[in-house]
Amino acid sequence: MPALVQKTPMPGLRLSAGITLTMLSIVVLLPIGALLLKGASFGPGNVWEVVNRERVWTALLLSFRLSVFAALFNLVFGVLLAWVLVRYDFPGRRLVDAAVDLPFALPTAVAGIALTTLYAPNGAFGQLAAQIGWKIAYTQWGILLALIFVGLPFVTRTVQPVIEEIDREVEEASATLGASRPHTLRHVILPMLTPAALTGFALALARAVGEYGSVIFIAGNIPLKTEIAPLLIVIQLEEFNYDAAAAIGIAMLLISFAMLLAINIIQIVSRRKMGHV
Amino acid sequence: MSDASLITPDARPGRPRKFRAATAEAAPARLALIGIALTGVAILILAPLATVFAEALADGWAAALASLTKPDARSAIQLTLLITAIALPLNAAFGVAAAWLITKFDFRGKAFLITLIDLPFSVSPVVAGLCIVLLFGANSLIGGWLVAHGLPIVFAIPGIVLATVFVTFPFVARELIPVMIEQGRTEEEVALTLGASGWRVFWTVTLPNIRWALLYGALLCTARAMGEFGAVAVVSGKIRGKTATMPITIEMLYNEYLSVAAFSMAAALTALALITLTLKTALELRHADQLAAIRRH
Repeated sequence: MPALVQKTPMPGLRLSAGITLTMLSIVVLLPIGALLLKGASFGPGNVWEVVNRERVWTALLLSFRLSVFAALFNLVFGVLLAWVLVRYDFPGRRLVDAAVDLPFALPTAVAGIALTTLYAPNGAFGQLAAQIGWKIAYTQWGILLALIFVGLPFVTRTVQPVIEEIDREVEEASATLGASRPHTLRHVILPMLTPAALTGFALALARAVGEYGSVIFIAGNIPLKTEIAPLLIVIQLEEFNYDAAAAIGIAMLLISFAMLLAINIIQIVSRRKMGHV
Repeated sequence: MSDASLITPDARPGRPRKFRAATAEAAPARLALIGIALTGVAILILAPLATVFAEALADGWAAALASLTKPDARSAIQLTLLITAIALPLNAAFGVAAAWLITKFDFRGKAFLITLIDLPFSVSPVVAGLCIVLLFGANSLIGGWLVAHGLPIVFAIPGIVLATVFVTFPFVARELIPVMIEQGRTEEEVALTLGASGWRVFWTVTLPNIRWALLYGALLCTARAMGEFGAVAVVSGKIRGKTATMPITIEMLYNEYLSVAAFSMAAALTALALITLTLKTALELRHADQLAAIRRH
């Protein structure tokens, strides 16, 4: 059996391990442990009873469904945006490239009130949509919009470096062999981008499922219609109903774990297939 | 990269050309793709950004500035800066320690440790806040003891710091680990062989190699720390003038239909976000080779 830590003259093992494990425990592990402990003392049966309530179940499904739609939109638009930013030159390209990071930098509450103002029935874009009878803010469309906003950079940022690395000779070979440009894009380029695009998709999905700040302003928060799962936790906490809040929290934590696992599997599979991610 | 520009005429617009390279799309397709991309970015990103400033200045500069100098607004700004000033060094210290541990030593369970460090990225901020309330709230074992000894965590500043550190936890470590893996251990080993002490190796060999990556991670951490809403909303208790940060104040003002005040605060926060974004972009342009996010293999 090998030693837990291999011997090395490198200093600082105890200090770095001490800081890392202490911070990890206080900030992440103990709080998450407290949530699981609360669930255990409440009882698995009771946890399931809370999650199974119509209002909770609907909210969880709504969060997940709209997150998948938003991540799918971002998958397509993100790959397109990455391609345009790497391969084409146009005025303002650098500015657009920098702007892609804005959803990461802009606080979610700011994004929330800005999107709501813009897409409310009396807002600049909301008025246009209202003319064709399309209500965006305070409906599921609004939630979808906010989730698209917060997930926008993920796919672009994971795919961009991969496009930069594509060897042009591969495309030239494809063209010399008689493939049309769309054929090359579809059968040569796209497979190369798939692992990175899927990683970005999973990251955007994971972010969207737990998103709160940008959604609650535009959602309208109507029970069974536009109520997202994180909001239910906040409502339970405001009523000091810690058991129910913990039950919903555990359900969301399980979804997060499942998605973390999915991201790791995608990366392992693509590393095996491509040699690197 | 270097020869790519020679074989792609599409990289130079406005230059007359008769032939289209086999590795470029037809002009109409290219224009259509650029058009879709620009329209999407304009509608989804730039329009909300413009809205923040337009709404803040709806009643003019004076009204916007007046709303920001009210006592509650001033205390929110101070609180957000204070929280960021506490959370950032904590995260930087953790990030450097974790990256040192992971890249300079070989031990079992390393992959698992990295997964644990990444965990906060995939946990909803609201769930993060809930976890902190359950661990340190007045009803809990630890929280009750701390409150009895005059150190409340939840609905007080320590809880907000904890929530902020949770949501920004992986930023610095995630940025440093790939950079330090790429740089290897040789330079540190040489310095040790020459008789340098551990700290001297860190300050004179490691730190200069990772400074830009550290700064990059710190910028990401700052942007998120100043703007965190979900996790802080759960633990802060939203006490005006005491535990209401800038994002929390934005929510309260917005819900009271004080649009100009809400958007003025939002504009101040956006200005801070734009500054960090600018610094980040400058770093990417000048020190791309020393950063993990956009490093070339």
